[in-house]
Amino acid sequence: MLSHPEEEKALEAAVQGRRMTSAQLTVVKPKSSLLQRVSNTWKYRDLLFGLIGKEISVKYKNSVLGMVWSMLNPAMYILIYFLVFQKVMKNGIPNFAIFLPTGLLVWNLFQNSISSATGTIVDNSGLVKKVSFPREILALASVGAAFVFFLFQAIVLVLFMAIFRALPAFGYLWLVPVAMVVLLIVTAALAVFLSAVNVYLRDTKHLVEVGLVAWFWATPVVYPFMLLAGPLAKLGLSWAYLLNPITLPVITFQRALYAKVSPISTNLPHPVLHILPSSGPMWYLYHLAITGGVAILLFLGALYVFGRLEGNFVEEL
Amino acid sequence: MSVAIEVRDVSKRFRLYREKMTSLKERVIHFGRVPYEDFYALRDIDIEVAEGETLGLLGHNGSGKSTLLKCIAGILLPTSGEIRVRGRVAAMLELGAGFHPELSGRDNIYLNASLMGMSKKEVDRRFDDIVDFSELGPFIENQVKFYSSGMYTRLGFAVAVNMDPDVLLVDEVLAVGDENFQRKCLDKVKSFQQEGRTIVFVSHSADLVRSVCDRAYVLDHGKVVGGGPTAEAISILRDYQLMGSGLNHDPNLVVPHGEGQPEIHLDGEKPALITNLSIQYPDPSRGYVNPNETVALILSYESPTPQELLVGIEISDLRGETIFAAKSDDIDMGSYTLYGKGEMIISLGPLPLLDGVYSLAASFFQAVGGARVDWRPIEQGLKVVNPSRSTGMVAIPVSIVMESD
Repeated sequence: MLSHPEEEKALEAAVQGRRMTSAQLTVVKPKSSLLQRVSNTWKYRDLLFGLIGKEISVKYKNSVLGMVWSMLNPAMYILIYFLVFQKVMKNGIPNFAIFLPTGLLVWNLFQNSISSATGTIVDNSGLVKKVSFPREILALASVGAAFVFFLFQAIVLVLFMAIFRALPAFGYLWLVPVAMVVLLIVTAALAVFLSAVNVYLRDTKHLVEVGLVAWFWATPVVYPFMLLAGPLAKLGLSWAYLLNPITLPVITFQRALYAKVSPISTNLPHPVLHILPSSGPMWYLYHLAITGGVAILLFLGALYVFGRLEGNFVEEL
Repeated sequence: MSVAIEVRDVSKRFRLYREKMTSLKERVIHFGRVPYEDFYALRDIDIEVAEGETLGLLGHNGSGKSTLLKCIAGILLPTSGEIRVRGRVAAMLELGAGFHPELSGRDNIYLNASLMGMSKKEVDRRFDDIVDFSELGPFIENQVKFYSSGMYTRLGFAVAVNMDPDVLLVDEVLAVGDENFQRKCLDKVKSFQQEGRTIVFVSHSADLVRSVCDRAYVLDHGKVVGGGPTAEAISILRDYQLMGSGLNHDPNLVVPHGEGQPEIHLDGEKPALITNLSIQYPDPSRGYVNPNETVALILSYESPTPQELLVGIEISDLRGETIFAAKSDDIDMGSYTLYGKGEMIISLGPLPLLDGVYSLAASFFQAVGGARVDWRPIEQGLKVVNPSRSTGMVAIPVSIVMESD
């Protein structure tokens, strides 16, 4: 190459004068440590919010009612369950219109997250194949979007509480955010894990759909916790019920918002209904802490599995 | 100068399943063992790219060049080895990957930029530049699904180049869009070079690589088979193309001049044969010519009976298109009477050819009647290596004189 010395000098100056945009060093290797994964994901948090925003604005784009749909759906569920369990089967739970949405809200967050996260890597294969970013963000964004819908659906619950003039248990309200955090971690762990597995075994998505139905009835949403926990306690198995990590957030929400532990039944033959454990807030906190600790371990485990499976995503898609 | 990209012993293995078994039932049936074959898309790659350098990765389809680029970008993880990249990386594998059709151009800019690792604040700062570069104007508020493919591509490119990368990875994307846009992209790439950013460029277009890159590596079957200054690398690529395509063996590639005419044998008279045809480069150690150099062809013949013959020469490119063909009487050299064994030296040149591999062949024709008696190509093609950055097929001397008042 022929060039004038002045030109060369100017070029050199330009080269040396250029400040690197970022001093970051990217290392691409077969496996990266858990810590690197977590910190890398944290760096992309703006993307997480971007994807959540996308999910929400895309979901009800071109629909007239928009976000109202996300409230109508649970409202319909509540109405039907209310008619079936309260009016037809006469379960006798007072203020069932508060009891049901409280648990259903928590359950919906979990279910929506899991069912959309399971397929998310496959659904976004165009992105995964062409752009480099921490892919677990896609699963986390599913959870995030479900959380935003949860907030909207919470409006329905508040509305019901206002209509029925039901007061929450103020001494337990502070447990709600704790339960929320625990629930989100559990959900995120399962979401990350399933999203990766589904790339290799596409059956996962269908399995999850079936599994969620069973899981729903194993969680005290429609029926009270004590209905099962009582008999289990006699067998010394009450701990087994708490193995379901969704149970604790659900009953914490119920304890704080529904606030009735052992009310008088509206259905005469059973005067006193045992709905929730009569223990104080510390009992809830203690068990939430255990569930939370396990949830964190599960989440790290899910990230680890995700990292192992991620290496061959592009080929499998 | 420091190293911007360091690729160390990188291998990438793909598992080729004979059948894709992604359902649980199939896995269970095979007890989790799915028959597969290993296929190495990359094997023991070692590459360094200096800061501010523009590197080309050349190779035919399936050579692993795109896989390597994806590994550098972090989209694929290598099976073994390590890649270190200093600074912010922008990969342009597909423009507008990740655009969501339902979102507006504006929303997509934010989403796409954050996919590349840009924070919202940074996008805020560069938003106007991106819109300017994309030439979308007020359409930026429209949903992307209503964009033309040109608008889509422009927006994708605008986001990628405006994220101020230290390292830019480009894969064939410049081949899309209209000419105006391509020029704009190339201009941007050139200004990146001047600013001292590192660029890795994947292409199978040798011309594009030549006009942009300082240095290039050639990949073949997942291995680096050569590298060096662009012109040298391109000549290595040509060699591999030659070997791969089997220039002298594939009848589809070389169509002999006047094909279809049978070689005639007159009245038991044995025809003259070209027993050998070899090429002599001006510098035998080099094995190629530069544009406008001269080569010599040495033609050995054998003619059992005295015959008056015309000598024909033809040059064609790899696709078999004739570039030049002439018989000795066409160029006023008349005919030759050949008898017994002997040699002819044919001087060809200066050859006004730009780089490439050309097929060269000589023929004998009867002086009376003009029927072809024999035809023979040289074993290896004629290789021309162009050290300058001009592209195309013909070397034309250019001089520019400035005249101003």
